[in-house]
Amino acid sequence: MNELFRKITGDSSFDLGSWILDHIVSIIFWVFIILGLLVSQNLQLNVFFSELCDRFYRNAFLILSLIIPVVAGLGMNFGIVVGAIAGQLAVIAVRYWGISSEQAGGTAFSGLPGLLMMFLIALPIAALIGWLTGTLYNKTKGQEMIASLIVGYFGNGVYQFIVLFVIGAIIPVQLAHPMILYDGVGIRMSVDMGNVKYALDNLWQVPFAPFMAVLCLLVFLFLIWNQFLRSSKVEGKSSKLSPLLFGVYAVISVAAGVIFLMQYLQGGVLTEVRKVPVVLVLLVAALALFISWLMNTKLGQDFRSCGMSQTIAEANGINVDRTRIIATIISTVLAAWGMIIYLQNMGTLNTYTAHNNVGYFSVAAILVGGASVSRATIGQAISGCLLFHAMFILSPEIGKAVFGQPALGEYFRTFMVYGVIGLSLGLYVWRANKKRELKQPQDEEA
Amino acid sequence: MGKKIGNAINRIGIPTFAVGALLLVLLIAAGALGQSIPTLISDILKRIGMNGVLVLAMLPAIKSGVGPNFALPIGIEGGLMAMIICMQFDFEGWGLIGAATLLCILFCSILGFLYGKLMNAVKGAEMTIATYSGFSMCAFFNILWLAIPFSNRKMGWMLGNGLRETIDMKKFGAKNIISDFLAFKIGKVTIPVGMILTLALLCFITWLFFQTKTGMAIYAGGQNPRFAEASGLNINRNRIIANVFSTILAGLGIILYSQGYGYTQLYNGPMNMAFPAVAAVLVGGATASKASIPNVLIGVCLFQGLMTTGMPVMNQIFTGTDLSDIMRIIIQNGVILYALTKVKSGGDR
Repeated sequence: MNELFRKITGDSSFDLGSWILDHIVSIIFWVFIILGLLVSQNLQLNVFFSELCDRFYRNAFLILSLIIPVVAGLGMNFGIVVGAIAGQLAVIAVRYWGISSEQAGGTAFSGLPGLLMMFLIALPIAALIGWLTGTLYNKTKGQEMIASLIVGYFGNGVYQFIVLFVIGAIIPVQLAHPMILYDGVGIRMSVDMGNVKYALDNLWQVPFAPFMAVLCLLVFLFLIWNQFLRSSKVEGKSSKLSPLLFGVYAVISVAAGVIFLMQYLQGGVLTEVRKVPVVLVLLVAALALFISWLMNTKLGQDFRSCGMSQTIAEANGINVDRTRIIATIISTVLAAWGMIIYLQNMGTLNTYTAHNNVGYFSVAAILVGGASVSRATIGQAISGCLLFHAMFILSPEIGKAVFGQPALGEYFRTFMVYGVIGLSLGLYVWRANKKRELKQPQDEEA
Repeated sequence: MGKKIGNAINRIGIPTFAVGALLLVLLIAAGALGQSIPTLISDILKRIGMNGVLVLAMLPAIKSGVGPNFALPIGIEGGLMAMIICMQFDFEGWGLIGAATLLCILFCSILGFLYGKLMNAVKGAEMTIATYSGFSMCAFFNILWLAIPFSNRKMGWMLGNGLRETIDMKKFGAKNIISDFLAFKIGKVTIPVGMILTLALLCFITWLFFQTKTGMAIYAGGQNPRFAEASGLNINRNRIIANVFSTILAGLGIILYSQGYGYTQLYNGPMNMAFPAVAAVLVGGATASKASIPNVLIGVCLFQGLMTTGMPVMNQIFTGTDLSDIMRIIIQNGVILYALTKVKSGGDR
């Protein structure tokens, strides 16, 4: 069995058992999603794809913001919650001015300029918070993940204090402003994004089916380029796939492309999927490119050395603490922007609850993609985002179809979120401990 | 002089000092605002009784070297399941409490054993994994509450299947049954003797347990695992025992809590119950690797005192806003973060 898989993957050290352990969460999700698609008869394919794509556009940016801390050895940064909070503060400020200006008959901070203003304001707030949390992570080395979780809760408390009390009681605001609570202190439960909603989405939209067909073509071309034209070695490792794997991927991409094209030409069910907001997709792609570019710079190398071993990095003259703080700042800023993108797509900000689940959901998603505490790639973030949110859409359907209770599906979904995080973090530590135990006797002999 | 004060604060511990000072200020403010101090003290005593055992559950886990039991919801769910099963069979009053206690010890031993095994597998990252095992267990029990066909109508929704979010203990004659046991009044202050006796009894049992050979071995293993291992102690086994103990205390704690509160809270109720308990023991002067019974008692008095006094005082000063809950969130998590900065990094385990 192992021999067969070794041939397929072209990797002589391939071991099926450890491969399954590595990918256990992804496997569970694949099984779940396939079962879900089989049992839920009421679900229409176009609705499913529309939902899935919407969730992808909203969340991809947030999930990508997790990669850099993982590479820098900080583990999963549940503290992106405080980044999201910074984004929300920027949203509240800009919407406040925007609505004031609307009432005065002006159009300041509406639409795209408003959105850009949100990005701009979120930047310094998130950078400051990132610096503070980064400093804290340096003081809690080895316990960063629990610290980042608690930082999220702590940040939530400070944020609530600001939006419920400081705004109005300390920062003067207009009494009759529609965003302010009736007695003039605090922000209301929900803030309408007004015409900032869809500011990015509406810039350029194309139908789903041809977009996907073109995407499949691009993937196919990339595979060809990677296999035959690319200079063979990247960082000492061959980037080429084994011939069989290449063949499988190529066939899948061509087949998918043909299906989307046929659907488009014949006006099939997939043409009814919501249009693709190209600018948003490009933005996600740009972030992915930025991260992979960053990893090849000096700073990126420093991140990686800190992630491998802090002692060795220190010995090589890298300022470990500073590097870790930079990683946290980047992650926090990206999370703030990700939250703004999320909100412009949602259309309303639930002032007191919007940020609560950002950390859990994003971390669960990237873990589902196959990432671990010490390794995360862009591909894992993207595929995890799709898998995780497919599960999210399907579980109420399964609850309805199998148990006749949609609520059960919703509880099951929560269970999956926490279970996934617990399972993959636990497995990671367990295996790391085992490896260390195996290594220790040898060390003693030497 | 300044240096002396600084030393004194350091000896008490910054969280203990800060929370104690804040509590004092709030109590004075409450008096100045004309609030009834006896009522406040009665409330504080009640809350101490309700939460005391949940905080005590931290002690065995910390002493064994696993760290604060962030997986408190596991034990809580065990206790809740015990109560629900007894309610299903229409146990009432003391019968309900007694039967639930016995069943709780059984359930929590099993859950605690499994949880202890898990903690041994993930040495070095116990706190993170514990948190998520607590959350997952909560979510798993959510499914059970909905899926198990409990048929007692006192616990179900008016329509449909599954248990209610909160079940009224009054319907089973168990509301405040321990709180009111032997309770008496000094002036206007009600002393919930039953609850305080229960807390004292469990503290005594815990203290006694750590005087036994097993208890000493657990403590030694927590203080210096390498030395304990070298002297032939079975650390993994001891850690499991400590976690079973901690989980049972959590289960008993929720029974005590529920009868004091008057309702059993199911579904997401227990999910975030670990954090206030962790914060309380830390406020009492414990660290992630060291704790004692005085830490537990001081901590629960200060923390619950602050929470109880905070609400009426804050609400009177800033009408209409829920600042007391925000204060709880900030203090609770601030204290935990402070304790985390004092944890020695995992490398030298």
